Amino acid sequence: MNFQIATLLGQDGLTNGAIYALLALSILLVFTVTRILLIPLGEFVTFGALTMAAIQMGKAPVLEWLLLLLTTIDCSLDIYQQARTRIDKTKLQKTALKLGYALLMVGLMHYLNLAETPMFFQAVLTLCLIVPLGPIMYRLFFQPLADAPALVLLIVSIATHVAMVGVGLLLFGPEGARTQPFSDSGFRLGNVMLKSQTLWIILVSIVLIVSLFIAFERTLYGKALRATAVNRMGARLQGISPVFAGKATFALAAFLGAASGILIAPITTLYYDSGFIISLKGFVGAIIGGLISYPIAAIGAVAVGMIEAFSMFWASNYKEIIVFTLIIPFLIWRSMNSQHVEDEE
Amino acid sequence: MKHRYLIAIGLVFLTLAPLVLPTYQVTLLNYIGLYALVVLGLILLTGVGGMTSFGQAAFVGLGAYTTAYLTTTEQLPAWLSWTAGSPWLALLVGITLTAAVALFLGALTLRLSGHYLPLGTIAWGISLYYLFGTMSSMGGHTGISGLPSLSFFGLLLDKGEKIFYLIWVILLLAIWITSNLLNSREGRAIRALKGGQLMAESMGVNTFRSKMVIFLISALFAAISGWLYAHTQRFVNPTPFGLHMGIDYLFMALIGGVGSVWGALVGAGVLTMLKQWLQDWLPLIMGSNGQYETIVFGLLIVFMMQRSPGGLWPLLVKLVPMRWRIQQHILINENVDNLSRRPLPEKGELLLEAHDVTRRFGGLVANNKMNLSLHAGEVLALIGPNGAGKSTMFNQLSAVDTPSDGEVIFMGTSLQGKSSRQVANMGMSRTFQHVKLLPTMTVLENVALGAHMRGSKGVMSAALHREREEEQRLLKEAKYQLERVGLGDHLYAEAGSLALGQQRILEIARALCADPCVLLLDEPAAGLRFKEKQALAQLLTKLKEEGLAILLVEHDMDFVMNLVDRIVVMEFGEKIAEGKPEEIQTNPAVLEAYLGGEE
Repeated sequence: MNFQIATLLGQDGLTNGAIYALLALSILLVFTVTRILLIPLGEFVTFGALTMAAIQMGKAPVLEWLLLLLTTIDCSLDIYQQARTRIDKTKLQKTALKLGYALLMVGLMHYLNLAETPMFFQAVLTLCLIVPLGPIMYRLFFQPLADAPALVLLIVSIATHVAMVGVGLLLFGPEGARTQPFSDSGFRLGNVMLKSQTLWIILVSIVLIVSLFIAFERTLYGKALRATAVNRMGARLQGISPVFAGKATFALAAFLGAASGILIAPITTLYYDSGFIISLKGFVGAIIGGLISYPIAAIGAVAVGMIEAFSMFWASNYKEIIVFTLIIPFLIWRSMNSQHVEDEE
Repeated sequence: MKHRYLIAIGLVFLTLAPLVLPTYQVTLLNYIGLYALVVLGLILLTGVGGMTSFGQAAFVGLGAYTTAYLTTTEQLPAWLSWTAGSPWLALLVGITLTAAVALFLGALTLRLSGHYLPLGTIAWGISLYYLFGTMSSMGGHTGISGLPSLSFFGLLLDKGEKIFYLIWVILLLAIWITSNLLNSREGRAIRALKGGQLMAESMGVNTFRSKMVIFLISALFAAISGWLYAHTQRFVNPTPFGLHMGIDYLFMALIGGVGSVWGALVGAGVLTMLKQWLQDWLPLIMGSNGQYETIVFGLLIVFMMQRSPGGLWPLLVKLVPMRWRIQQHILINENVDNLSRRPLPEKGELLLEAHDVTRRFGGLVANNKMNLSLHAGEVLALIGPNGAGKSTMFNQLSAVDTPSDGEVIFMGTSLQGKSSRQVANMGMSRTFQHVKLLPTMTVLENVALGAHMRGSKGVMSAALHREREEEQRLLKEAKYQLERVGLGDHLYAEAGSLALGQQRILEIARALCADPCVLLLDEPAAGLRFKEKQALAQLLTKLKEEGLAILLVEHDMDFVMNLVDRIVVMEFGEKIAEGKPEEIQTNPAVLEAYLGGEE
């Protein structure tokens, strides 16, 4: 291995690592606030990438129909609940707004000349389609089980993932897709060639992480979510709705997932079922962070990306095995440091 | 006893099935049997032990690939040549290998809480899958073909109709072993894993060992299923051992119902049939080919978890008329010998002693230089206003917590660094302030858990029910202690259905089952009615006369003053008074602590 190859691998590692870091952060966020390990995060990634690809090819991505269907189910449940208790005007307005939004998206998808629109607008459109799926997913699948044992939440999470992979196949078909790069030019730094997409990914990841940090440190809603993560019951007593916290974190996770998908779509071909492995690597990062620490999880996730890139060079066949056995030393370390017996329900 | 008929009908059906059913249906039944064996292990792990594994498919793969490699490779390495292509020896190697891998993975993950085990199993499930696919000696992604058929005492099982019997005999044996195990001393310890680990440790159960036992058993069931699969198919490739299959196994367990061993059969059956049916119909509806059944399965599981988390088996049981259901209680044979008892110390002998025990939580000093001593044949009460540090002191004495300074000496040994399990073994038994019971188990079984340390028969003899004699002695003891505390009428009730006061009494019976010489009771009289309190006081007096040392934390002053020999009063983490009840009643410091000083 010479310097040239090392820089190339390093770039690959850093790009993947940045994506894994975003995913690891979403996983931690959702886990600390709702106790759910969000396995279907990977499907938001693939949905993001494949929707973007479909838009660029000028066809409606079909995802808008899924959004409409789920919104309809969500709204019917809303109305059913209201009919049983008391009709509340503001709540009805909200329901109507949700339905209107979904219809608007369907309209946009079918009347705009999608392929001709600027790339930034395409990305925004993709996010607008996918982000609402997060809160709806929470509402339909997880909210009725908010007080269930952690094991049940994990199982539902896996089941949701399995269903979403099937839906992905139905919507996008078995073919893989790749999108156009954000910009064509490469940069030369000394005698090192930097790919522009690499810079984009790292830049956007850093911007996202920093804005998340600011949002959580400085805004009231961010603080509300942090409070829920620290003590759910305490937060509830302070008037922070657990339903709001759940929906908000799922929306954030869907946003980060879909954004990751849009970011990597120009450099890797994604298939409907590629998301699982990608999000699992985020999980490896999150486990390294002990499912608690955000900075350690982010560093761990970047390390996963690096190790993946370099093992590609030395032992490409064993790449996945190396990455997934990475967690063993961390499990050993954790196991040595944990002696307590605890009762879990 | 009508359920015997149901089992008999099932057996007749199974015997006749291969003779009358078409080959396709028999193949389907073979698959159901193979899957059910894996799912049975998962039920033990998830439903009983409260742990989850997505990696069972990888264990199936280990079993299948071991036999595929050993029975098809022409030139085996010298150290494996003794297997000489025999599938039965390959099974032996497969089981050994799987056990070794499971022990290693279990040692890594079982000590950790909650989510690490499922996440760990996902990780190694994937790793093993890729490993099967990349190793060229294992045939890569194309796999290994040409496996020999099994032969059983010269009978060649080369057709689905023949191997059918082997699969189902093994499955039924596994079900028998599992139910035997669950209805035994070891089984009670295993059933305590879900929600009662702290309590079980205090009763002398090694919870880590119990977890390892079921993890190992479930891995071995999976490996045996893999071995059978390999010789049924006579071909292996990595696909059926991937993570998606691991997830399917878990789904089968959940749909069937993780609460009962029969859930394995129901789950494997329903999911396999449903999959066949959906694979036929869905492509017609959707207009293209693909694994669309995953959508249905995923949504089905979500729906089940929301509406009927117990799975299908409990729903099926409800359909059976009441008089057909199993209503047989655990039989207790009164004619067996009593359990041997430890010799009780001489009356007045010093048993438990606290020396300058100090416990700090950060800046808070919960216990400050506490001294107390407890002798055989006396009842000592630890009293004090709320927040005085009684519960902290209780935890130091019972080795649940370790003092920051000073030490606790029990029977001449320091408790420094001892676990609550070791202390239980030394003869200290306790109850809990917040009752810790296994609410769905019977009262009798809950109390028998207390006698865990007094039995010695292990998992193997429990699985084969070779320990019935010892089991009867344990149950007899539990029944005796229950009658002694006045719960003799409730032996077969679910522990969770008792009133709170009775649950506290149940805890005393459980503690007595351990044959202790020191009994620590945390607020035993709370929630009891007057008559029950009187009965409890009588019982404690009797125990004292037998030579037990009893320490109790209690708020009910009437109860305390009429019962105990000595009282230690605490306030703000310190001892403010010690003496006989009548001395304490007139002690000015105590009066001030309880009633406030004179203005």
